[in-house]
Formats: sequence, C-alpha cells, structure tokens
Amino acid sequence: MRLKNKLIGGSIITASALSVVLILAIIVIILVVTIIGGKDTLSWKFLTSFPTDGMMKGGIFPAIYGTALLVIVMSLAAVPFGAITAIYLTEYAHEKSWIAQTIRFAVRTLATVPSIIFGLFGLGFFIKYVGGGMDHLFMGGQLKWAQPNLLWGSLTMALLTLPVVIVSVEEAIRTVPRELREASLALGATKWQTIKKVVIPGSISGIMTGTILAVSRGAGEVAPILFTGAAYYLATLPTSVSDQFMNLGYHIYVLSTQSSNVDQTLPIQFATTLVLLMLTFTLNLTAVLIRSRLRRRIK
Amino acid sequence: MKEVKIVTKDLTLHYGQKMALNSINIQIPEKEVTAFIGPSGCGKSTFLRSLNRMNDLIPSVHIKGEILIDGLNIYEKKIDVVNLRKKIGMVFQKSNPFAKSIFENIAYGPRINGINDKKKLTEIVETSLKNAAIWDEVKDRLPDSALGLSGGQQQRLCIARTLAVQPEIILMDEPASALDPISTGKIEELIFELKKNYTIVIVTHNMQQAARVSDHTAFFYLGELIEYGKTRKIFTSPDIKQTEEYITGRFG
Repeated sequence: MRLKNKLIGGSIITASALSVVLILAIIVIILVVTIIGGKDTLSWKFLTSFPTDGMMKGGIFPAIYGTALLVIVMSLAAVPFGAITAIYLTEYAHEKSWIAQTIRFAVRTLATVPSIIFGLFGLGFFIKYVGGGMDHLFMGGQLKWAQPNLLWGSLTMALLTLPVVIVSVEEAIRTVPRELREASLALGATKWQTIKKVVIPGSISGIMTGTILAVSRGAGEVAPILFTGAAYYLATLPTSVSDQFMNLGYHIYVLSTQSSNVDQTLPIQFATTLVLLMLTFTLNLTAVLIRSRLRRRIK
Repeated sequence: MKEVKIVTKDLTLHYGQKMALNSINIQIPEKEVTAFIGPSGCGKSTFLRSLNRMNDLIPSVHIKGEILIDGLNIYEKKIDVVNLRKKIGMVFQKSNPFAKSIFENIAYGPRINGINDKKKLTEIVETSLKNAAIWDEVKDRLPDSALGLSGGQQQRLCIARTLAVQPEIILMDEPASALDPISTGKIEELIFELKKNYTIVIVTHNMQQAARVSDHTAFFYLGELIEYGKTRKIFTSPDIKQTEEYITGRFG
C-alpha cells in the first residue's frame, strides 16, 4: 500500500515537472524564435514610420496607433459597463436570485464563445442593425455608419473582454471587508454612499487589474475586428470613430498570408510579432503585480 | 432609574429556522451604561445588532416583537433605517477604520450628512477626537493614514468617528476584546466619561469589565434574557442560579 502511494505520488510529481518544463520550453522557443527573427528589423524607426513599398518595407506605426485607439475606445465601453455589472452582482443582487444567476451564466458563457463569433455578431448587430439604423435615421440612407469602423470594432472587442472585467472587479469588491461596509452603514451612510466611498475605493486596484487584462486581451485578439473595423492598409491615420484602423495582430495575418511575397516580409512579421508579444507581456505583468500587491494587502 | 431609552417587547429573532432570541423584554435607561453578558452564542451580540437594525443586512434573519426607541417602534415600515443609524452609533469588536486619513475617518459621517465646509469639519473632528480621548495622540498627524495607529488608538478613533455623527445611543460590541490591558483601561475610562451624554449598551465577554463599567447588567443564555438588574446586584446577589453560576465561573 505504502509502495503504491509512493509510486502514485512520484508519478504525479514527475508529470507536473514535465508539464512545467514543456510549458516553459514552448514560451522560450516562441520568444527565442521571435527575437532572432525580428531583432534586426526592430528599431525606433520601425515603430514610428508607415509601411512602404506595398507593405514590403517600412514600419508599423499605423498598426500600433490603431491598436492603441482600439483598446482605448474598448476600455471606455467595457470598464464602466463591466464595473457596474460587477457592483450589481456583488452588492445588490441576491446570490440565488434568478437574475443574478442568469447574468453569471451569461458571463461564463460569453467567456467561452469563440472570438470569431463575436466578430460575426458585431457585423450583424453593430454594423448592419445599429449602423444601418443610424444611417437610415440620421444620414438619410447615405452610407456612413453601416460599415466597419473603429467604433464597431471597439464595441465588439468590448463584448469579448467584458467577462474579464466583470470577474476581476467582482473579485476585488469581495475583498473589501464586511467590517468596513458595516462601519459605513452604522454611521448612517446609505448603501450607495457606502459603495461610492468605501467599496469602490477599496477595490480600485482590482478595477485596474481588470482593465489591464482586458486591454491585453483586446490588443492580442484579431477575430472580433476582422469584419468590424480592421483595415488591410491605410495611408492615413484614423481621425474619427467612424474611420477604419490598422491593427498589430491583423497586420501579422496580412503580412503572412496576403502579401505578394511572404518570404520577403518575414523579418517584418517577426518584428511585428515581437512588438505585440512585448506589449501583451508587459500588460499582463503589470496586472499580475497589481493583483499580488492587492492580495498582500488583504493578508 | 432614569428615563427609559430603549424598550423591547417580546423580541424574537430567527436565523432561518434557528431561534437566536426568544421573547426578550428589557428596558434600557438613558445616559447610563448597560452591559450584556453571557457565554458565546447566547444571543447578546445578535440582540445588540437588532437595536440599530444591523441584522437587516442578513437576509435569513426574521424578527418578531417590538423595539421601541424613545417610544417609536424602529421596525415599523415608515422608519428610515439610515436616519435611525445616525441616531444609534455602533462600535465593533474589531476596530475598523477606513483606509483613509485620521481626519477623513472622522469626517466621513458628517460628510455623508452633507457637511462639506472645511472649517465646520475641522471643528467636528477636533471635538470628536477630544471626546474620545485620543486628540493629544493624533493632533499632529491628522492627515496620516488611520491604519498606522495602534489597535487601541484605532478603536478610540472608531469611537470618535461614531461621536462625530452625534448619536444619542452608542452600541459597543466587545469593543476591548482585542486590546491589551492598558488600551482596555483607556476605553473603559472613556465609556465612563461618555455616559454623561450618551446611552451606552455594551456587549462584553469580560465580566470584570461589565462589573467595572456598567450600571445595569443583563445576563443572556441560549437566546433568553435570564436576569437583568443593577450591576451591583447581579454581581453580588443574583436572583437566579444560572446567573450566579456564570458569574462565579462555573460555566460559560
């Protein structure tokens, strides 16, 4: 019996060790390959200039700019909406009420929907339905909103990142001790005053973590914006939410499949990938650091 | 006995199916200290939390009977709980200052009552801290975080925070149970001072404390009010055997 337990324990440890090594190896390989392939192309000029020669040469500034705009507009939509949902779920809804359970179920389901489905939904709902309706109402039927643009791309991305925001903010709100809420209520504060002055300030780092994780997710996803806003190539930067935009992830896809000479653009592809990786790594690392600081504070 | 401040009539409280308080009848006098004693789980804290309707926060709690404060039933529909809690302050077992400055902790209550005038707030903060006997220790560090204070100071800060709302009644739920003897002594002195102006109800595990600070003592056991009377009488010649057994340490 002892021997059997020992054997089981031993093999579990071996298996865990192996999987750790495997995961680390994958990360290292991705990083090494990307760095080797991209390091010669990556430069300040590469980051700050437009693509040239039919995107065979030049930089990726419009893609960086477009990605930044995308995540900003997306956050403006996803963070307030997600935070309000999280506050409702934790502070107002009864744990077992059907409405809370329905929202939770919807959030969980939303998190598992393939991202391309979000893209299709954005195309059907935002562009055709909302955009089409807006054109009909305000533009006299002229085409302005019923086409892919920054607004629809960002809103579609916001739907995708909403569960991340909701879950992070909920987690943060739950760490605000009951004693503090009671202290506030016992002083004659209303529930809303307590939320505004005690609960939200107490969970601000969770709201930040959620935002950063959502931004990081949004910066890396391509499928939701394929139909809803990303452009193959733009000679000018977007100036309004009704403009299309370039995007890092989409740019990689374009360079590696749509280019007239894929091999020749290989260094640019690697360098773009490296930029995207560094961006999401940095964002995730920041989120992890904020979260661990928050957890330490609770102990 | 002075004027009666709080009266309960057949107060019965259930947590779901479980009865926590059984038909409590008590009369608590104004501007005196009333102590609730009894073993853990006897219902004394639950009872205390019924007096400012803090139990409202727990969905499974059901209450029958009446609690009259100044003759008004606080569980009546027309009663505004928020206003009620302004009138009845509460100090908790674990000191719970907000993660704000010392000043802002005290100013929290006045601010939610719409006082934003800096001069007025400064005045209230100073008076409240003085009345809670902590002014001299913190007057030079009002902008510092309240979390940097010692446990005893934090608890007195919480008392000051309660005073800033100008309540009539202060409920204290084992306010010194987590403190060292010196801090406990300071809290007890403070209670003695405060009863000149406030009606104080204190739950305590510590019988010496009840004997030292209170004018009246109520002994709870298994959700029932077993005996209630002048503290001196309860501690020297209680009428009921259970009270005597608890006080002399034979159980609990």
